[in-house]
Amino acid sequence: MTGHLVYPILAPLGAAVLCLALHRSVRAQRLVSLTALASIIVYAGGWLWPALGAGQVLTLRLGGWPAPFGIVLAVDVFSGIMLTLSGVTGLAVLIFAVAWLDGGREEPFFYPLYLVLFMGIHGAFLTGDLFNLYVFFEVLLVASFGLAALGGSRAQIEGTIRYLVASQVSSALFLVGVGLLYGVAGTLNMADLATKLAGPLAAPYVAVVAPLFLVAFGIKAAIFPLFFWLPASYPAAKTPVTAIFGGLLTKVGIYALIRCYTLLLPAQWQAHRGLLLGIAILTMVVGVLGAVAQSDVKRLLSFHIISQIGYLIMGLGLSSRLALAATLYFMVHIVLVKTSLLLIAGLLERMTGTTDLYAMGGLLRRRPGVAVLFLTAALALAGAPPLSGFVAKFGLVLAGLQGRAFVAVAVALGVSMLTLFSMIKIWTQAFMKQAPATAAIAPLGGTLVASTIGLVAVAVLAAVLAAPVWAVANQAAGQLLDVGPYVSAVLGNQG
Amino acid sequence: MTVVMAIVVGALFAAGTYLLLRRSAVHIIIGLALLGHATNLFVFAMGWLRQGGVPLIGSGPTSQMADPLPQALILTAIVIGFATQAFVLILSYRAHEETGTDDLDQMKAEDPS
Repeated sequence: MTGHLVYPILAPLGAAVLCLALHRSVRAQRLVSLTALASIIVYAGGWLWPALGAGQVLTLRLGGWPAPFGIVLAVDVFSGIMLTLSGVTGLAVLIFAVAWLDGGREEPFFYPLYLVLFMGIHGAFLTGDLFNLYVFFEVLLVASFGLAALGGSRAQIEGTIRYLVASQVSSALFLVGVGLLYGVAGTLNMADLATKLAGPLAAPYVAVVAPLFLVAFGIKAAIFPLFFWLPASYPAAKTPVTAIFGGLLTKVGIYALIRCYTLLLPAQWQAHRGLLLGIAILTMVVGVLGAVAQSDVKRLLSFHIISQIGYLIMGLGLSSRLALAATLYFMVHIVLVKTSLLLIAGLLERMTGTTDLYAMGGLLRRRPGVAVLFLTAALALAGAPPLSGFVAKFGLVLAGLQGRAFVAVAVALGVSMLTLFSMIKIWTQAFMKQAPATAAIAPLGGTLVASTIGLVAVAVLAAVLAAPVWAVANQAAGQLLDVGPYVSAVLGNQG
Repeated sequence: MTVVMAIVVGALFAAGTYLLLRRSAVHIIIGLALLGHATNLFVFAMGWLRQGGVPLIGSGPTSQMADPLPQALILTAIVIGFATQAFVLILSYRAHEETGTDDLDQMKAEDPS
C-alpha cells in the first residue's frame, strides 16, 4: 500500500484550512501547524524511509487511473531526502517563527501561508507528473508571495513585486516547455515522457525544451544572470520567512532542474555540461563577490544563497555519479547550514535591534553561546573540516578533478576562501569588535535559541553521520542515473 | 488556423516581453497578463487545432478527434494566473499608496544597494 504518499501534501493543506478557521486563536493555530510539520518528520522516519531503504521507487496512482493517463506520485530516494530536509527545516523555522512573531499582527496570517507553502514544496518533491509539478510550483509561489509581503513595509512590497514578476515569467516559460513536450509526446507523465523522448524524432524539440527549463528553474533557483530578484526580496522579508526561503525554497528549483535533466533530458544534460559549469562558476563568483560587499547581515547571507547555488549547479554540470552524490550531500548540508545561519542572523537582529553589521559589536563577550553557534555554522558553510561543508565540497572537488573540470574546481576552492572571508567579516563586526557605546543587548527568548541550536545540531549531525548520509546520497544518485527502475515502477502493473 | 494561432501567440509574446521591460508597474502587470495569454494559447495549439472534432466520445477515426487535455491544462493555468494577477494588482496599489509612484526605479530609491 502506498496510499500514505499523499500524506505530506494533505497534512499541510488540512492544517492550513484549520488555521484559517482558527484565525481568532493564535494558540490553536500554533498547535495545529507545529503538529502538522512535526508529523511530516515522523512520517518520513516511520513510513517513507523503511520503504525507500529497500531501494524501490514508491508510486501512487491517484484515483486508481492507469499510469500514463492519471496523475501519479513517484517517490525515490532523492525525493525522500528533500522531503525529510523540508520537514526538519520547516519545523525548526516554524518554532523560531512562533517565538519571533509572538502575538504580532502578522501572526494569524503567517501560519496558513506557511503551511500552504509546504504543501506546494512537498507536492513538487513527490509528483511524477510534469503539469502537476507546474501546479505545485504555483501553489508554493502564491504562498511565498504572501509570506514575502507579510508586514507590508515599502521594501517588502517593492521586493515582492520583483519576485512575483520574475517568478511568473519563469512559470510562463516552464509552461511553454510543458506544452511543447505534450505536443511532441502526447503525455505529461514524467516516466512516460522519459521513454518517449528518448527516440531521435523528439530530439529537435527536446533541444528547445531543455533551455526553456534551464531558464525557468534557473530563475526560481537564482542562478547567474537570473538572480536579480533575490537580493531585492529575500532580505526585506520577516526573518523566519527569509530563513525558509533562503534555506529551502531556492533548492526546490534545483530539485526540479536535477529531476528534469536526469529523467527527461539526459542527452541534453550531457550536451549542456559546459554551459552548466560556466553558469556554476559565474553564480559562485558573482554571489560571493556580492556578499563580500555587503554590510547588512541579512543581505550578506542572501548573496551567499546565490553563491552556494553555484556549487549545486557545478555538481549537476559534472554529471558523474560521484558528482551527483556530492551534489545531494551538498543539498543536505546547505539546506541545514544556510537556514541555521539565517536563524542566527535573526538572533543577532533580535539582540541588537539592527541588521547593520557596523552597528553591532561585543557579542562574543556578552553572548558567547550565540558566538559558538555562529562559528559552527559559518565554518560549516565555508567548508572547514570536519563539518558538513568540508565533506560536501571535498566530494565536489574530487568529482571535478575526475571530470577534468579544473577551472570549476579552482573557482570552487577560491570562492570557499571568499566565503570564509565574508564570514570573518560578520565575526569581527558582530562578535569581536568593541560594542558601540549606545548599544544595549536585548534578551533572547529561550524558544528562539532552542530552535536555532536544534537546527545547528542537525547540521553538525550531518557531518558526524557523514558516512550514512553519503551512502543515502549515493543511492539516490544511482537511482537518478539509472532511470529504468523509476520508469518501470511508474508504468509497470504492480500496486 | 495554425498559422493564425502562431502569429497571435508570437505577437502576444512580443507585446508581453516589451511591456515587461517597462519601468511602470502597471505596464509590467499588463505584460504579465499578455505573457500568460500567449502561454495558454501556445499550450492550446499543442493539442492540435481541429474544428468540429469531438473529444473522446463517439465513433470515427481518432485522427479527427479533438484533444481535451490541453484545454483542461489551460483552465488550471488561467485560474492560477487570475489569482496571481489579482494579488499583484493589490500589491502595486499598495506600493502606489506607499510611495506615490508606479515607477519601479523610483520605488527603489531608498534601497541600500
